[in-house]
Amino acid sequence: MSTIAVDTSSAIGNAAAADADVPVRIAVKNLEFYYGDFRSLKNISLDFYDRQVTALIGPSGCGKSTLLRTFNRIYSLYPEQRAEGQILLDSQNILSPSIDVNELRARVGMVFQKPTPFPMSIYDNIAFGIRLYERLAKSELDGRVEEALRKAALWDEVKDKLRQSGMGLSGGQQQRLCIARTIAQRPEVILLDEPTSALDPISTGKIEELIEQLRSEFTIVIVTHNMQQAARISQFTAFMYLGELVEFGPTTRMFMNPSKKQTQDYITGRFG
Amino acid sequence: MDTVAAYNHSGAATPPSWGRVRRSRYVADRALKIICTLFTALGAFALGWILLMLLVEGIGGLSPAVFTETTPGPGTEGGGIANAIVGSLILTVLGILVATPIGVLAGTYLAEYGKGSKLAAVIRFVNDILLAAPSILIGLFVYMLMVEPMGGYSGWAGGVALAIIAVPVIVRSTEDMLRLVPGSLREAGAALGAPMSTVIVKISWKAARAGMVTGVILATARIAGETAPLLFTALNNSFWFSPNLMGGVSNLPVTIYQFALAPYQNWRELAWAGALIITLSILALSIVARLLLKKDQVR
Repeated sequence: MSTIAVDTSSAIGNAAAADADVPVRIAVKNLEFYYGDFRSLKNISLDFYDRQVTALIGPSGCGKSTLLRTFNRIYSLYPEQRAEGQILLDSQNILSPSIDVNELRARVGMVFQKPTPFPMSIYDNIAFGIRLYERLAKSELDGRVEEALRKAALWDEVKDKLRQSGMGLSGGQQQRLCIARTIAQRPEVILLDEPTSALDPISTGKIEELIEQLRSEFTIVIVTHNMQQAARISQFTAFMYLGELVEFGPTTRMFMNPSKKQTQDYITGRFG
Repeated sequence: MDTVAAYNHSGAATPPSWGRVRRSRYVADRALKIICTLFTALGAFALGWILLMLLVEGIGGLSPAVFTETTPGPGTEGGGIANAIVGSLILTVLGILVATPIGVLAGTYLAEYGKGSKLAAVIRFVNDILLAAPSILIGLFVYMLMVEPMGGYSGWAGGVALAIIAVPVIVRSTEDMLRLVPGSLREAGAALGAPMSTVIVKISWKAARAGMVTGVILATARIAGETAPLLFTALNNSFWFSPNLMGGVSNLPVTIYQFALAPYQNWRELAWAGALIITLSILALSIVARLLLKKDQVR
Protein backbone atom coordinates (compact mmCIF):
# COMPACT_ATOMS: atom_id res chain seq x y z
CA MET A 1 0.00 0.00 0.00
CA SER A 2 2.72 2.40 0.99
CA THR A 3 4.81 1.67 -2.12
CA ILE A 4 1.88 2.52 -4.34
CA ALA A 5 1.47 5.76 -2.46
CA VAL A 6 5.14 6.62 -3.03
CA ASP A 7 4.90 5.77 -6.71
CA THR A 8 1.91 7.98 -7.18
CA SER A 9 3.46 10.87 -5.36
CA SER A 10 6.65 10.66 -7.41
CA ALA A 11 4.65 10.60 -10.62
CA ILE A 12 2.72 13.63 -9.40
CA GLY A 13 6.04 15.17 -8.34
CA ASN A 14 7.35 14.82 -11.87
CA ALA A 15 4.26 16.33 -13.34
CA ALA A 16 4.29 19.15 -10.85
CA ALA A 17 7.89 20.00 -11.60
CA ALA A 18 7.12 19.98 -15.29
CA ASP A 19 4.07 22.19 -15.00
CA ALA A 20 5.65 24.68 -12.64
CA ASP A 21 6.98 27.86 -14.09
CA VAL A 22 10.68 26.94 -14.14
CA PRO A 23 13.17 29.19 -15.92
CA VAL A 24 14.94 27.97 -19.04
CA ARG A 25 18.67 27.36 -18.57
CA ILE A 26 19.71 26.24 -22.02
CA ALA A 27 17.79 27.22 -25.15
CA VAL A 28 18.73 25.42 -28.35
CA LYS A 29 17.61 27.24 -31.48
CA ASN A 30 17.74 25.79 -35.00
CA LEU A 31 20.81 23.68 -34.26
CA GLU A 32 22.51 21.87 -37.14
CA PHE A 33 25.48 19.56 -36.69
CA TYR A 34 27.88 18.14 -39.25
CA TYR A 35 30.48 15.38 -39.15
CA GLY A 36 32.37 16.44 -42.26
CA ASP A 37 29.62 16.51 -44.87
CA PHE A 38 27.23 14.34 -42.93
CA ARG A 39 24.37 16.30 -41.36
CA SER A 40 23.67 14.56 -38.09
CA LEU A 41 21.43 17.07 -36.29
CA LYS A 42 18.61 18.65 -38.22
CA ASN A 43 17.09 21.89 -37.07
CA ILE A 44 16.87 21.09 -33.37
CA SER A 45 15.07 23.60 -31.15
CA LEU A 46 14.62 22.68 -27.54
CA ASP A 47 14.63 24.21 -24.05
CA PHE A 48 16.29 22.76 -20.97
CA TYR A 49 14.90 23.87 -17.64
CA ASP A 50 16.82 25.12 -14.66
CA ARG A 51 17.60 22.47 -12.03
CA GLN A 52 15.63 19.79 -13.79
CA VAL A 53 16.81 16.48 -15.21
CA THR A 54 16.21 16.19 -18.93
CA ALA A 55 16.69 12.79 -20.55
CA LEU A 56 17.64 12.42 -24.20
CA ILE A 57 16.40 9.12 -25.57
CA GLY A 58 16.33 7.48 -28.97
CA PRO A 59 17.92 4.61 -30.89
CA SER A 60 21.67 4.42 -31.50
CA GLY A 61 22.88 6.98 -34.00
CA CYS A 62 19.89 9.27 -33.53
CA GLY A 63 22.12 12.17 -32.48
CA LYS A 64 21.43 12.32 -28.75
CA SER A 65 25.12 12.12 -27.78
CA THR A 66 25.98 14.56 -30.55
CA LEU A 67 23.47 17.02 -29.12
CA LEU A 68 24.90 16.58 -25.63
CA ARG A 69 28.41 17.17 -26.94
CA THR A 70 27.47 20.57 -28.34
CA PHE A 71 26.61 21.99 -24.90
CA ASN A 72 30.26 22.12 -23.82
CA ARG A 73 31.62 22.23 -27.36
CA ILE A 74 33.70 19.13 -26.69
CA TYR A 75 33.14 18.25 -30.35
CA SER A 76 35.48 21.11 -31.29
CA LEU A 77 38.44 18.90 -30.32
CA TYR A 78 37.84 17.32 -33.71
CA PRO A 79 38.36 19.71 -36.62
CA GLU A 80 35.93 17.96 -38.99
CA GLN A 81 32.96 18.46 -36.64
CA ARG A 82 30.96 21.68 -36.57
CA ALA A 83 27.70 23.07 -35.25
CA GLU A 84 25.49 25.81 -36.66
CA GLY A 85 22.61 27.63 -35.06
CA GLN A 86 22.35 28.89 -31.50
CA ILE A 87 22.68 27.42 -28.06
CA LEU A 88 21.87 30.00 -25.42
CA LEU A 89 23.23 29.35 -21.95
CA ASP A 90 21.84 32.08 -19.70
CA SER A 91 20.99 33.94 -22.93
CA GLN A 92 24.60 33.89 -24.15
CA ASN A 93 25.25 32.03 -27.41
CA ILE A 94 27.90 29.46 -26.57
CA LEU A 95 28.50 28.60 -30.21
CA SER A 96 29.82 32.11 -30.78
CA PRO A 97 33.56 32.14 -31.63
CA SER A 98 34.16 34.75 -28.93
CA ILE A 99 33.31 32.25 -26.20
CA ASP A 100 36.31 30.82 -24.36
CA VAL A 101 35.66 27.07 -24.61
CA ASN A 102 37.73 26.24 -21.54
CA GLU A 103 35.72 28.64 -19.41
CA LEU A 104 32.54 27.25 -20.92
CA ARG A 105 33.59 23.71 -19.99
CA ALA A 106 34.21 24.78 -16.42
CA ARG A 107 30.58 25.98 -16.34
CA VAL A 108 29.20 22.95 -18.16
CA GLY A 109 30.62 19.74 -16.74
CA MET A 110 30.50 16.36 -18.45
CA VAL A 111 30.63 12.74 -17.34
CA PHE A 112 31.29 10.06 -19.92
CA GLN A 113 30.01 6.58 -20.63
CA LYS A 114 33.17 4.84 -19.47
CA PRO A 115 34.65 6.06 -16.20
CA THR A 116 37.72 8.18 -16.93
CA PRO A 117 39.77 8.51 -13.74
CA PHE A 118 43.07 10.28 -14.39
CA PRO A 119 46.25 8.36 -13.57
CA MET A 120 46.75 10.16 -10.27
CA SER A 121 45.52 9.95 -6.69
CA ILE A 122 41.84 10.21 -5.77
CA TYR A 123 42.55 13.58 -4.18
CA ASP A 124 44.39 14.92 -7.22
CA ASN A 125 41.62 13.68 -9.51
CA ILE A 126 39.15 15.92 -7.69
CA ALA A 127 41.59 18.80 -7.23
CA PHE A 128 42.55 18.76 -10.94
CA GLY A 129 39.56 20.74 -12.13
CA ILE A 130 39.55 23.13 -9.17
CA ARG A 131 43.24 23.97 -9.59
CA LEU A 132 42.65 24.92 -13.22
CA TYR A 133 40.61 27.96 -12.32
CA GLU A 134 41.14 28.71 -8.65
CA ARG A 135 44.17 29.21 -6.44
CA LEU A 136 43.18 27.93 -3.05
CA ALA A 137 45.01 27.43 0.22
CA LYS A 138 45.63 23.79 1.09
CA SER A 139 42.97 23.70 3.81
CA GLU A 140 40.39 25.27 1.53
CA LEU A 141 41.23 22.83 -1.27
CA ASP A 142 40.91 19.94 1.19
CA GLY A 143 37.46 21.24 2.08
CA ARG A 144 36.38 21.45 -1.56
CA VAL A 145 37.62 17.93 -2.28
CA GLU A 146 35.73 16.56 0.72
CA GLU A 147 32.59 18.49 -0.21
CA ALA A 148 32.66 17.13 -3.75
CA LEU A 149 33.25 13.55 -2.62
CA ARG A 150 30.41 13.84 -0.09
CA LYS A 151 28.01 15.18 -2.69
CA ALA A 152 28.99 12.30 -4.97
CA ALA A 153 28.28 9.85 -2.12
CA LEU A 154 31.84 8.56 -2.29
CA TRP A 155 33.44 10.18 0.76
CA ASP A 156 32.85 7.34 3.23
CA GLU A 157 34.35 4.80 0.85
CA VAL A 158 37.53 6.71 0.02
CA LYS A 159 38.24 9.07 2.93
CA ASP A 160 41.06 6.83 4.22
CA LYS A 161 42.75 6.39 0.87
CA LEU A 162 42.69 9.80 -0.77
CA ARG A 163 46.37 9.41 -1.72
CA GLN A 164 45.82 6.14 -3.54
CA SER A 165 45.40 5.97 -7.30
CA GLY A 166 41.93 6.63 -8.65
CA MET A 167 42.45 3.75 -11.06
CA GLY A 168 42.25 1.28 -8.17
CA LEU A 169 38.56 1.95 -7.47
CA SER A 170 35.71 -0.22 -8.76
CA GLY A 171 33.87 0.84 -11.92
CA GLY A 172 30.95 2.34 -10.00
CA GLN A 173 33.27 4.16 -7.63
CA GLN A 174 35.31 5.45 -10.57
CA GLN A 175 32.15 6.86 -12.14
CA ARG A 176 31.18 8.59 -8.88
CA LEU A 177 34.75 9.90 -8.72
CA CYS A 178 34.24 11.42 -12.16
CA ILE A 179 30.96 12.97 -11.04
CA ALA A 180 32.70 14.33 -7.93
CA ARG A 181 35.46 15.74 -10.13
CA THR A 182 32.85 17.50 -12.22
CA ILE A 183 30.84 18.97 -9.35
CA ALA A 184 34.01 20.07 -7.53
CA GLN A 185 34.29 22.77 -10.19
CA ARG A 186 30.82 24.03 -9.21
CA PRO A 187 29.43 24.02 -12.73
CA GLU A 188 25.91 25.22 -13.61
CA VAL A 189 25.07 22.35 -15.91
CA ILE A 190 26.08 18.68 -15.79
CA LEU A 191 26.01 16.58 -18.94
CA LEU A 192 25.85 12.81 -18.47
CA ASP A 193 26.57 10.63 -21.50
CA GLU A 194 25.13 7.19 -20.69
CA PRO A 195 26.82 7.32 -17.29
CA THR A 196 25.59 3.93 -16.10
CA SER A 197 25.77 1.80 -19.24
CA ALA A 198 29.12 0.31 -18.15
CA LEU A 199 27.99 -0.34 -14.58
CA ASP A 200 26.26 -3.13 -12.67
CA PRO A 201 22.70 -2.62 -11.34
CA ILE A 202 23.76 -1.73 -7.80
CA SER A 203 26.24 0.91 -8.96
CA THR A 204 23.61 2.16 -11.39
CA GLY A 205 21.14 2.54 -8.53
CA LYS A 206 23.65 4.59 -6.57
CA ILE A 207 24.34 6.90 -9.50
CA GLU A 208 20.60 7.38 -10.09
CA GLU A 209 20.08 8.28 -6.45
CA LEU A 210 22.95 10.71 -6.77
CA ILE A 211 21.44 12.37 -9.85
CA GLU A 212 18.19 12.82 -7.94
CA GLN A 213 20.10 14.66 -5.18
CA LEU A 214 22.22 16.76 -7.54
CA ARG A 215 19.10 18.11 -9.20
CA SER A 216 18.61 20.61 -6.39
CA GLU A 217 21.81 22.37 -7.42
CA PHE A 218 22.51 21.63 -11.07
CA THR A 219 20.73 21.55 -14.39
CA ILE A 220 21.23 18.02 -15.64
CA VAL A 221 21.05 16.58 -19.14
CA ILE A 222 21.41 12.82 -19.44
CA VAL A 223 21.70 10.62 -22.49
CA THR A 224 20.39 7.14 -21.80
CA HIS A 225 19.53 3.97 -23.66
CA ASN A 226 17.58 2.75 -20.74
CA MET A 227 13.91 3.70 -20.96
CA GLN A 228 13.20 2.83 -17.34
CA GLN A 229 16.10 4.98 -16.24
CA ALA A 230 14.76 7.96 -18.15
CA ALA A 231 11.35 7.41 -16.55
CA ARG A 232 12.84 7.04 -13.07
CA ILE A 233 15.13 10.03 -12.91
CA SER A 234 14.07 12.71 -15.36
CA GLN A 235 11.45 15.43 -15.27
CA PHE A 236 11.62 16.07 -19.00
CA THR A 237 12.31 13.74 -21.89
CA ALA A 238 13.29 14.45 -25.46
CA PHE A 239 12.90 11.66 -28.00
CA MET A 240 15.17 11.90 -31.02
CA TYR A 241 15.23 9.91 -34.22
CA LEU A 242 17.57 10.17 -37.23
CA GLY A 243 18.97 13.52 -36.15
CA GLU A 244 15.59 15.10 -35.52
CA LEU A 245 13.73 15.94 -32.38
CA VAL A 246 10.52 13.95 -32.56
CA GLU A 247 8.90 14.91 -29.30
CA PHE A 248 9.73 16.74 -26.11
CA GLY A 249 7.72 17.08 -22.95
CA PRO A 250 7.36 16.25 -19.26
CA THR A 251 8.62 12.71 -18.69
CA THR A 252 5.33 11.50 -17.20
CA ARG A 253 3.35 12.61 -20.21
CA MET A 254 5.98 11.31 -22.67
CA PHE A 255 5.76 7.85 -21.15
CA MET A 256 2.06 7.71 -20.29
CA ASN A 257 0.57 9.57 -23.19
CA PRO A 258 2.99 10.42 -26.00
CA SER A 259 1.48 12.49 -28.79
CA LYS A 260 3.53 10.99 -31.63
CA LYS A 261 3.20 7.40 -32.78
CA GLN A 262 7.00 7.07 -33.22
CA THR A 263 7.55 7.93 -29.57
CA GLN A 264 4.91 5.45 -28.53
CA ASP A 265 6.51 2.73 -30.65
CA TYR A 266 9.99 3.42 -29.27
CA ILE A 267 9.13 3.54 -25.61
CA THR A 268 7.03 0.42 -25.86
CA GLY A 269 9.95 -1.37 -27.52
CA ARG A 270 8.45 -1.79 -30.97
CA PHE A 271 11.68 -0.51 -32.58
CA GLY A 272 15.09 0.87 -31.64
CA MET B 1 27.68 -36.05 -24.82
CA ASP B 2 25.19 -38.14 -26.74
CA THR B 3 24.64 -35.47 -29.34
CA VAL B 4 28.38 -35.09 -29.90
CA ALA B 5 28.80 -38.82 -30.39
CA ALA B 6 25.83 -38.85 -32.75
CA TYR B 7 27.29 -35.96 -34.71
CA ASN B 8 30.67 -37.66 -35.01
CA HIS B 9 28.99 -40.84 -36.06
CA SER B 10 27.03 -39.12 -38.82
CA GLY B 11 30.26 -37.27 -39.75
CA ALA B 12 31.95 -40.60 -40.43
CA ALA B 13 29.16 -41.37 -42.87
CA THR B 14 29.88 -38.27 -45.02
CA PRO B 15 32.14 -38.56 -48.12
CA PRO B 16 35.50 -40.26 -47.53
CA SER B 17 37.51 -37.24 -48.68
CA TRP B 18 36.91 -35.78 -45.21
CA GLY B 19 39.61 -37.93 -43.69
CA ARG B 20 42.18 -37.07 -46.35
CA VAL B 21 41.56 -33.33 -45.98
CA ARG B 22 41.93 -33.64 -42.27
CA ARG B 23 45.21 -35.54 -42.57
CA SER B 24 46.77 -33.02 -44.95
CA ARG B 25 45.75 -30.20 -42.63
CA TYR B 26 47.21 -32.08 -39.71
CA VAL B 27 50.50 -32.59 -41.59
CA ALA B 28 50.72 -28.92 -42.63
CA ASP B 29 49.97 -27.86 -39.07
CA ARG B 30 52.66 -30.12 -37.67
CA ALA B 31 55.21 -29.11 -40.34
CA LEU B 32 54.82 -25.40 -39.68
CA LYS B 33 55.17 -25.95 -35.97
CA ILE B 34 58.36 -27.99 -36.43
CA ILE B 35 59.90 -25.48 -38.86
CA CYS B 36 59.15 -22.55 -36.57
CA THR B 37 60.60 -24.36 -33.58
CA LEU B 38 63.69 -25.33 -35.54
CA PHE B 39 64.49 -21.82 -36.68
CA THR B 40 63.79 -20.37 -33.26
CA ALA B 41 66.26 -22.86 -31.85
CA LEU B 42 68.79 -21.85 -34.51
CA GLY B 43 68.51 -18.18 -33.55
CA ALA B 44 68.61 -18.93 -29.85
CA PHE B 45 71.62 -21.19 -30.38
CA ALA B 46 73.62 -18.44 -32.12
CA LEU B 47 72.72 -15.95 -29.42
CA GLY B 48 73.55 -18.45 -26.67
CA TRP B 49 76.90 -19.21 -28.27
CA ILE B 50 77.84 -15.52 -28.44
CA LEU B 51 76.85 -14.96 -24.82
CA LEU B 52 78.63 -18.08 -23.61
CA MET B 53 81.85 -17.15 -25.41
CA LEU B 54 81.57 -13.62 -24.10
CA LEU B 55 81.12 -14.89 -20.55
CA VAL B 56 83.99 -17.38 -20.69
CA GLU B 57 86.50 -15.05 -22.34
CA GLY B 58 85.25 -11.90 -20.64
CA ILE B 59 85.38 -13.26 -17.12
CA GLY B 60 88.91 -14.50 -17.87
CA GLY B 61 89.91 -10.94 -18.77
CA LEU B 62 88.29 -9.33 -15.72
CA SER B 63 90.49 -8.12 -12.87
CA PRO B 64 90.44 -5.16 -10.48
CA ALA B 65 92.93 -3.41 -12.76
CA VAL B 66 90.30 -3.36 -15.52
CA PHE B 67 88.32 -0.85 -13.49
CA THR B 68 91.22 1.18 -12.07
CA GLU B 69 93.96 1.49 -14.69
CA THR B 70 93.94 3.29 -18.01
CA THR B 71 94.35 1.57 -21.36
CA PRO B 72 97.91 0.30 -21.82
CA GLY B 73 100.23 1.47 -24.60
CA PRO B 74 101.56 -0.97 -27.19
CA GLY B 75 103.93 -3.52 -25.74
CA THR B 76 103.28 -2.64 -22.08
CA GLU B 77 102.04 -5.20 -19.59
CA GLY B 78 98.69 -5.18 -17.75
CA GLY B 79 96.57 -2.04 -17.84
CA GLY B 80 92.82 -1.57 -17.64
CA ILE B 81 89.97 0.20 -19.40
CA ALA B 82 88.86 2.57 -16.63
CA ASN B 83 89.23 5.62 -18.88
CA ALA B 84 87.18 3.94 -21.61
CA ILE B 85 84.39 3.00 -19.17
CA VAL B 86 84.16 6.56 -17.81
CA GLY B 87 84.44 8.04 -21.31
CA SER B 88 81.61 5.82 -22.56
CA LEU B 89 79.46 6.85 -19.60
CA ILE B 90 80.08 10.53 -20.38
CA LEU B 91 79.32 10.14 -24.10
CA THR B 92 76.18 8.08 -23.49
CA VAL B 93 74.83 10.46 -20.85
CA LEU B 94 75.63 13.44 -23.07
CA GLY B 95 73.90 11.80 -26.03
CA ILE B 96 70.78 10.89 -24.06
CA LEU B 97 70.61 14.36 -22.44
CA VAL B 98 70.55 15.93 -25.88
CA ALA B 99 68.22 13.35 -27.42
CA THR B 100 65.56 13.05 -24.69
CA PRO B 101 63.98 16.53 -24.88
CA ILE B 102 64.06 16.49 -28.69
CA GLY B 103 62.68 12.96 -28.91
CA VAL B 104 59.99 13.36 -26.28
CA LEU B 105 58.73 16.68 -27.60
CA ALA B 106 58.79 15.55 -31.23
CA GLY B 107 56.96 12.34 -30.28
CA THR B 108 54.43 14.42 -28.37
CA TYR B 109 53.90 16.62 -31.42
CA LEU B 110 53.26 13.57 -33.60
CA ALA B 111 50.85 11.93 -31.17
CA GLU B 112 48.98 14.94 -29.79
CA TYR B 113 49.12 17.89 -32.17
CA GLY B 114 49.92 16.35 -35.54
CA LYS B 115 47.12 13.78 -35.67
CA GLY B 116 46.16 13.48 -39.32
CA SER B 117 48.31 16.40 -40.48
CA LYS B 118 50.53 16.09 -43.57
CA LEU B 119 53.54 17.56 -41.79
CA ALA B 120 53.30 14.91 -39.09
CA ALA B 121 53.08 12.16 -41.70
CA VAL B 122 56.25 13.46 -43.38
CA ILE B 123 58.10 13.75 -40.05
CA ARG B 124 57.03 10.24 -39.09
CA PHE B 125 58.32 8.91 -42.42
CA VAL B 126 61.66 10.73 -42.14
CA ASN B 127 62.00 9.54 -38.56
CA ASP B 128 61.55 5.94 -39.67
CA ILE B 129 64.29 6.42 -42.26
CA LEU B 130 66.57 7.88 -39.61
CA LEU B 131 65.75 4.91 -37.40
CA ALA B 132 67.18 2.60 -40.03
CA ALA B 133 70.05 4.84 -41.23
CA PRO B 134 73.50 3.22 -41.14
CA SER B 135 75.22 4.61 -38.06
CA ILE B 136 78.52 5.18 -39.91
CA LEU B 137 76.63 7.71 -42.02
CA ILE B 138 75.64 9.62 -38.93
CA GLY B 139 79.26 9.60 -37.80
CA LEU B 140 80.33 11.10 -41.13
CA PHE B 141 77.56 13.70 -40.95
CA VAL B 142 78.67 14.89 -37.51
CA TYR B 143 82.29 14.87 -38.71
CA MET B 144 81.32 17.40 -41.38
CA LEU B 145 79.03 19.30 -39.02
CA MET B 146 81.26 19.56 -35.95
CA VAL B 147 84.66 17.88 -36.14
CA GLU B 148 85.91 19.77 -39.18
CA PRO B 149 84.64 23.23 -38.17
CA MET B 150 85.85 22.77 -34.59
CA GLY B 151 89.26 21.62 -35.78
CA GLY B 152 89.38 18.21 -34.21
CA TYR B 153 87.71 15.25 -32.56
CA SER B 154 85.76 15.93 -29.39
CA GLY B 155 83.46 14.38 -26.85
CA TRP B 156 80.83 16.92 -27.88
CA ALA B 157 80.81 15.60 -31.43
CA GLY B 158 80.59 12.04 -30.06
CA GLY B 159 77.66 12.97 -27.85
CA VAL B 160 75.82 14.63 -30.72
CA ALA B 161 76.39 11.63 -33.00
CA LEU B 162 74.98 9.31 -30.34
CA ALA B 163 72.06 11.72 -29.80
CA ILE B 164 71.18 11.52 -33.50
CA ILE B 165 71.02 7.75 -33.18
CA ALA B 166 68.85 7.99 -30.06
CA VAL B 167 66.38 10.67 -31.22
CA PRO B 168 64.37 8.53 -33.68
CA VAL B 169 64.16 5.70 -31.13
CA ILE B 170 62.72 8.07 -28.51
CA VAL B 171 60.40 9.81 -30.99
CA ARG B 172 58.95 6.48 -32.01
CA SER B 173 58.50 5.07 -28.53
CA THR B 174 57.05 8.33 -27.19
CA GLU B 175 54.52 8.53 -30.01
CA ASP B 176 53.54 4.87 -29.66
CA MET B 177 53.09 5.16 -25.90
CA LEU B 178 51.05 8.37 -26.14
CA ARG B 179 48.81 6.75 -28.75
CA LEU B 180 47.98 4.04 -26.22
CA VAL B 181 46.48 6.68 -23.91
CA PRO B 182 42.73 6.46 -24.52
CA GLY B 183 41.18 9.48 -26.23
CA SER B 184 38.43 9.42 -23.60
CA LEU B 185 41.00 10.50 -21.01
CA ARG B 186 41.92 13.54 -23.11
CA GLU B 187 38.22 14.35 -23.62
CA ALA B 188 37.68 14.09 -19.87
CA GLY B 189 40.51 16.54 -19.27
CA ALA B 190 39.21 18.95 -21.90
CA ALA B 191 35.68 18.61 -20.47
CA LEU B 192 36.96 20.09 -17.19
CA GLY B 193 38.17 23.12 -19.11
CA ALA B 194 41.83 22.15 -19.21
CA PRO B 195 43.72 23.66 -22.14
CA MET B 196 45.45 21.18 -24.43
CA SER B 197 48.89 21.82 -22.93
CA THR B 198 47.62 20.90 -19.47
CA VAL B 199 45.91 17.79 -20.80
CA ILE B 200 49.18 16.68 -22.43
CA VAL B 201 51.51 17.42 -19.53
CA LYS B 202 49.28 16.43 -16.61
CA ILE B 203 47.26 13.61 -18.15
CA SER B 204 48.77 12.10 -21.33
CA TRP B 205 52.38 12.21 -20.16
CA LYS B 206 51.40 10.91 -16.76
CA ALA B 207 49.42 8.04 -18.22
CA ALA B 208 52.23 7.11 -20.64
CA ARG B 209 55.09 7.85 -18.25
CA ALA B 210 56.36 4.30 -17.72
CA GLY B 211 56.38 3.56 -21.43
CA MET B 212 58.10 6.83 -22.28
CA VAL B 213 60.83 6.27 -19.67
CA THR B 214 61.26 2.74 -21.00
CA GLY B 215 61.80 4.15 -24.49
CA VAL B 216 64.54 6.46 -23.20
CA ILE B 217 66.20 3.57 -21.35
CA LEU B 218 66.14 1.39 -24.46
CA ALA B 219 67.60 4.26 -26.49
CA THR B 220 70.37 4.50 -23.88
CA ALA B 221 71.07 0.79 -24.27
CA ARG B 222 71.11 1.25 -28.03
CA ILE B 223 73.73 4.03 -28.07
CA ALA B 224 75.88 2.57 -25.29
CA GLY B 225 77.22 -0.01 -27.72
CA GLU B 226 77.44 2.11 -30.87
CA THR B 227 80.91 2.13 -32.45
CA ALA B 228 80.64 3.54 -35.96
CA PRO B 229 79.34 7.03 -35.10
CA LEU B 230 82.20 7.45 -32.61
CA LEU B 231 84.96 6.57 -35.09
CA PHE B 232 84.59 9.94 -36.82
CA THR B 233 83.65 12.01 -33.80
CA ALA B 234 84.99 11.12 -30.35
CA LEU B 235 87.53 8.74 -31.82
CA ASN B 236 89.41 7.21 -28.90
CA ASN B 237 92.66 7.53 -27.00
CA SER B 238 94.42 5.94 -24.07
CA PHE B 239 94.07 8.76 -21.56
CA TRP B 240 91.44 10.18 -19.27
CA PHE B 241 89.09 12.64 -20.98
CA SER B 242 90.09 16.29 -20.89
CA PRO B 243 87.73 18.47 -18.82
CA ASN B 244 86.51 20.47 -21.80
CA LEU B 245 85.86 17.23 -23.73
CA MET B 246 87.99 18.48 -26.63
CA GLY B 247 90.26 16.03 -28.38
CA GLY B 248 89.57 12.31 -28.57
CA VAL B 249 87.55 10.78 -25.73
CA SER B 250 88.34 7.25 -24.75
CA ASN B 251 85.32 4.95 -24.98
CA LEU B 252 84.49 1.26 -24.76
CA PRO B 253 83.20 0.38 -28.25
CA VAL B 254 86.13 1.87 -30.15
CA THR B 255 88.59 0.52 -27.58
CA ILE B 256 87.14 -2.95 -28.11
CA TYR B 257 87.36 -2.47 -31.88
CA GLN B 258 91.05 -1.49 -31.68
CA PHE B 259 92.14 -3.90 -28.96
CA ALA B 260 90.40 -6.95 -30.35
CA LEU B 261 92.47 -6.76 -33.54
CA ALA B 262 95.76 -6.03 -31.75
CA PRO B 263 98.68 -8.46 -31.63
CA TYR B 264 99.02 -8.12 -27.84
CA GLN B 265 97.51 -10.74 -25.53
CA ASN B 266 96.68 -8.25 -22.72
CA TRP B 267 94.85 -5.96 -25.22
CA ARG B 268 92.69 -8.78 -26.49
CA GLU B 269 91.81 -9.82 -22.94
CA LEU B 270 90.83 -6.23 -22.15
CA ALA B 271 88.67 -6.15 -25.30
CA TRP B 272 86.78 -9.23 -24.06
CA ALA B 273 86.35 -7.68 -20.62
CA GLY B 274 85.05 -4.46 -22.19
CA ALA B 275 82.61 -6.38 -24.39
CA LEU B 276 81.29 -8.23 -21.35
CA ILE B 277 80.88 -4.98 -19.40
CA ILE B 278 78.93 -3.31 -22.22
CA THR B 279 76.72 -6.34 -22.73
CA LEU B 280 75.93 -6.67 -19.04
CA SER B 281 75.13 -2.94 -18.81
CA ILE B 282 72.74 -3.17 -21.75
CA LEU B 283 71.18 -6.28 -20.24
CA ALA B 284 70.72 -4.43 -16.95
CA LEU B 285 69.11 -1.45 -18.72
CA SER B 286 66.74 -3.74 -20.62
CA ILE B 287 65.72 -5.51 -17.43
CA VAL B 288 65.04 -2.18 -15.73
CA ALA B 289 62.94 -1.14 -18.73
CA ARG B 290 60.92 -4.37 -18.60
CA LEU B 291 60.34 -4.08 -14.86
CA LEU B 292 59.13 -0.51 -15.28
CA LEU B 293 56.60 -1.50 -17.92
CA LYS B 294 55.43 -4.49 -15.91
CA LYS B 295 54.96 -2.42 -12.77
CA ASP B 296 52.88 0.00 -14.80
CA GLN B 297 50.67 -2.77 -16.17
CA VAL B 298 50.04 -4.15 -12.69
CA ARG B 299 48.97 -0.74 -11.49
